[in-house]
Amino acid sequence: MPAAPTGPSVPRLLAFAVPIVVALALLPRFIDLYQTELLIYGLTFAIAALGFNLLLGYTGLLSFGHSAYFGMGAYTVAFIVRDLHVQSMELCILGGLLSSLVISALFGYVCVRHTRIFFGILTLALSQVLWSLAFKFFWVTGGTDGIRVPRTSITLLAGLMDFKGPGSYQRFVYAYYYYVLVLFLIATVVMWVIVHSPFGKALQAIRDNETRASFVGIRVRRYRWIAFVISGSFTGLAGALWVPLNGLTTPEILYWPFSGEIVFMTVLGGFRTFTGPIVGAIAFNYLKVYAVASSQYWQMVLGIVLVVMVMVLPTGIVGTIGRFAARLRRR
Amino acid sequence: MDTLAIQTLNSIFYAAVLFLISAGLSLIYGVMRIVNLAHGTFYALGAYVTAWAVGSVFGATAGGNWVLAGQLLLLPIGAFAIAVVGAVIEPTLLRPLYRRPEEYVLLITFGLLMILEDVMKLLFGGTPLSAGSIMDSMGSISIGRLLYPTYNLIVIGVGVIAAVGLWWFIYRTRFGVILRATSQDRRMASALGLNVGRVYVQAFAIGCFMAGLGGAVVVPAQAAVLGMGVDALILAFVVIVIGGLGSLEGALVGALIVSFVRTAGIQFFAEIELAVLYLIAAAVLLIRPTGLFGRA
Repeated sequence: MPAAPTGPSVPRLLAFAVPIVVALALLPRFIDLYQTELLIYGLTFAIAALGFNLLLGYTGLLSFGHSAYFGMGAYTVAFIVRDLHVQSMELCILGGLLSSLVISALFGYVCVRHTRIFFGILTLALSQVLWSLAFKFFWVTGGTDGIRVPRTSITLLAGLMDFKGPGSYQRFVYAYYYYVLVLFLIATVVMWVIVHSPFGKALQAIRDNETRASFVGIRVRRYRWIAFVISGSFTGLAGALWVPLNGLTTPEILYWPFSGEIVFMTVLGGFRTFTGPIVGAIAFNYLKVYAVASSQYWQMVLGIVLVVMVMVLPTGIVGTIGRFAARLRRR
Repeated sequence: MDTLAIQTLNSIFYAAVLFLISAGLSLIYGVMRIVNLAHGTFYALGAYVTAWAVGSVFGATAGGNWVLAGQLLLLPIGAFAIAVVGAVIEPTLLRPLYRRPEEYVLLITFGLLMILEDVMKLLFGGTPLSAGSIMDSMGSISIGRLLYPTYNLIVIGVGVIAAVGLWWFIYRTRFGVILRATSQDRRMASALGLNVGRVYVQAFAIGCFMAGLGGAVVVPAQAAVLGMGVDALILAFVVIVIGGLGSLEGALVGALIVSFVRTAGIQFFAEIELAVLYLIAAAVLLIRPTGLFGRA
């Protein structure tokens, strides 16, 4: 169950969330630059997985094309920086959000006509349209070379902070960590409100029984479409935040295996829980980085983890911890 | 005119390979309702196994007629190897998940894809592996003023034989009846005393065999490289979406449509060639979700 019918009370929620937020805010004091950077990657992926899970966990639709919205956010930022010479990260994010909203509204309008496997294939096919365009129109997108977005070309907080000159890398990582953290917290709160709103309950009703949901008067297709657009926009925001950190955007993030990675993160954390995708995304990022660093066969390591997760722990990290906690409480 | 003939032959060659891959994918979906994301990787694995076997038995240089005959006989080894791999994977990894939502099976096959991609890297290294000596020693035939490799005609032949053979197998044999019965109603088939578990293993192994065969016949013409499976899977998806999931005729027609559109695309609209294919697939799903030949 994603949540009790009424949801946890606000004081209990705060008691759970505040220590985590404080810990996240203090963490850069205790870990080095590289670890901080890894954590930023983890947080951006967490936003993407959070958005993705609105479809998988709450609406019951498995999208295999979320790379499209991540990539749309990322490429939009790259275009804005390169072609419009805009420096303000806020404007870039706004542009990335808007473009991923438009493209997910368009793709979603088509995709929500189907469910189950057809939905998955349709999202996959449409995402690959974007990939092939980014891949082929190299004079616009740079082809496989991608587009560079150096951190020196952006400023945070409406030009208050720029990252030129000596020591700028360090300043960038620490500043950007808090920047992403704040946006991550906003995204999490917004998503929490969405899934606990009447709209979120309606989505869960659709997931559990489409026919009954339409009998009680829920406009199933419309609701799925709105969920799709919200989901795509969250993933687009993640893509926009990811670009300056990575310094480069390539067609890789539009290619379908990246969609698979987003699914992987969510399942790793557990898609039946609200916090699952967040935990899963951060864990996946560490897992991938360390697998890549320690072996040239890192894909095999990830694949084995995924297979074992699905076979043995289908409820993911958070679901498994929850089960253990419940068992302990009963004793 | 000659160029047109060559391009047509190229399209049919490409369609033959694509048909082999997609027919396997479609068969597996039709019988077991599994979308196998590792299917393209099976195709790549088949190509690697064949190239490796031919290379290690006969070396890289072209030989006489006897050597060529031996090489051709060795070609299907990739297909048989992949069939064995499939027969091992289905009961161990897929069967425990049939009671769970279909998402889990999809994820397992994605995990399998990641594992097998690296298994190929581990076994065969990062350099492309080719069985080009077969193609070289078979020479070429002249079409008008142009030359066309003889080997490609063999691939077209294999595609035609596979299509006819598969059709005969599914519609004219006892096992085909069992296969179709299981695909239509698994419970009823089981209630009538069919061993559904065995049918599933066989169907999955045959599907894998087809993918492996696709790789085996393509490798004398194109070297096996890492990542070829991931690319091939998406095209196979496009094929079975256009033709209809689970339909054999659909896979054939879909493969022909995709390869002719691709050939025309490369000539006339190279930039959007792939995008057009995906858009066709999306359009078919929208207008006729069951595909051109599929039944709901």
